[in-house]
Amino acid sequence: MTITPTIVSYLHLCHRKLWLHAHHLRMESTSELVAEGKLIGETTYPQRALKWQELDLGIAKIDFFDPKSNTIHEIKKSNKKSFAHNAQVKYYLYLLHKIGIAEPTAIIEYPKLRITKTVDWDTEEDQDLVESWINQADTIIKGTCPDRLQISKCKKCSYFDFCWSGE
Amino acid sequence: MKKSFYLFNPGRLSRKDNTLKFVPVDENVNEGQARYLPIEQVANLYVFGSLDANSALYNFLGKNGIGVHFFDYYEHYTGSFYPKEYLQAGQLHVQQSLHYSDPMKRITLAQEFINVGAFNMLKNLKYYQNRNKNTAEEILIIEELIKQINHTTKVDELMGIEGNIRQVYYSAFNKIIPTFPFNGRERQPPTDPINALISFCNMICYTACLDMLYHTQLDPTISFLHEPGVRRYSLALDVAEIFKPILVDRLIFSLVNKKHIQVKHFRNEVNACLLKESGRKIVMKAWDDKLTDTIKHRKLGRHVSYKHLIKLECYKLSKHLMSIEQYQGFKTWW
Repeated sequence: MTITPTIVSYLHLCHRKLWLHAHHLRMESTSELVAEGKLIGETTYPQRALKWQELDLGIAKIDFFDPKSNTIHEIKKSNKKSFAHNAQVKYYLYLLHKIGIAEPTAIIEYPKLRITKTVDWDTEEDQDLVESWINQADTIIKGTCPDRLQISKCKKCSYFDFCWSGE
Repeated sequence: MKKSFYLFNPGRLSRKDNTLKFVPVDENVNEGQARYLPIEQVANLYVFGSLDANSALYNFLGKNGIGVHFFDYYEHYTGSFYPKEYLQAGQLHVQQSLHYSDPMKRITLAQEFINVGAFNMLKNLKYYQNRNKNTAEEILIIEELIKQINHTTKVDELMGIEGNIRQVYYSAFNKIIPTFPFNGRERQPPTDPINALISFCNMICYTACLDMLYHTQLDPTISFLHEPGVRRYSLALDVAEIFKPILVDRLIFSLVNKKHIQVKHFRNEVNACLLKESGRKIVMKAWDDKLTDTIKHRKLGRHVSYKHLIKLECYKLSKHLMSIEQYQGFKTWW
């Protein structure tokens, strides 16, 4: 099983969501909130698409990469789940570091909030951290489907109807 | 919000830039005023009239995941344009096949479809009993028959019981909708108005289930109650078993009792009774309203449409197949 950056970010949100996504039970395409996030990412900085490149890492695609400063720009709608965003971006940096890009950095941007956050790459510490996430995710995927979180935490998730439709 | 569009008039549907254009054509091949349907608003299309279209249109519809259902002059469902699957899940697919080929696993699911379908039929009868229609006898017989469901070991045995339940259930129709005489179910072709209504609405219900299956990872061709291959997408028939009493039968009762549908809406042909176009429009309008009607879902705590309820059923089925949660069909509680 390939552990993608999406999966690593789900590791910090909900293990059940991670498991379902990894088993191809995907709901993201039907969620209006996901569509909204995608729209924000696509339309916020229209000039950027021309200026910087899209970088295909095989298991993930980075939308905006500035090769001059080795900086990734990741756009998110809200900073509510910032720990998951952080993990996703760390994984990008890990992948960049692996293909030999020196001192990569990332900027997470929340255009609606007018906030940006810089994430740096610390070779020694972060490498272990990312690898431990990959291992954790792998263990979860190999097991049975994890339990749901509390319903109050699920309300806005694209998997909400899937998980909570009982009877 | 996406919705269904129903094309009753003959005409030409084409792609115009990134939207749909419909030009009606009358008997003398005169073109009428063009209408435009924004693609983002279309969930699916139902074609009753004769439709001209080219492959550019179908490519466009396919890319947008829009299915098209076709009906012939006799209102029979003839087939669908089913766009390429966009959600695929290898493991679910394997599990679905395994649940079909393991007799124990298969019968468990098949029994649940029949159990819940029968439960929903009983609910209908009980509702009318409270409204002074004497359906007590049918209720008793069906309750007895339901007890046999869990003792079945083979699907055809189960289908036999289902047939008996349905026969008793249909015999109560005369009490619920006395305006139209109804002497039991006749399919090919329907010979009286009620049979014509049931056939027509059952087909529509089937296509609604198929549409919802398309938006999940389930394979609509692998079914549990019906034998795969009975119709091309037999899983839609399985799911429809649960929703026919809730959606179709209730719709028929209300349309007939409120006199929205009357004798004048039918035409008699040799050995067949069919809905006229005027009747078809009334039924489709009522059906569409029904599907978008909402109920407060007890588990989700929010309002969901009947259409979405069908989709939730597909989710529950996926969960069962992936051994996440035992499948329990949707039972009406009101």
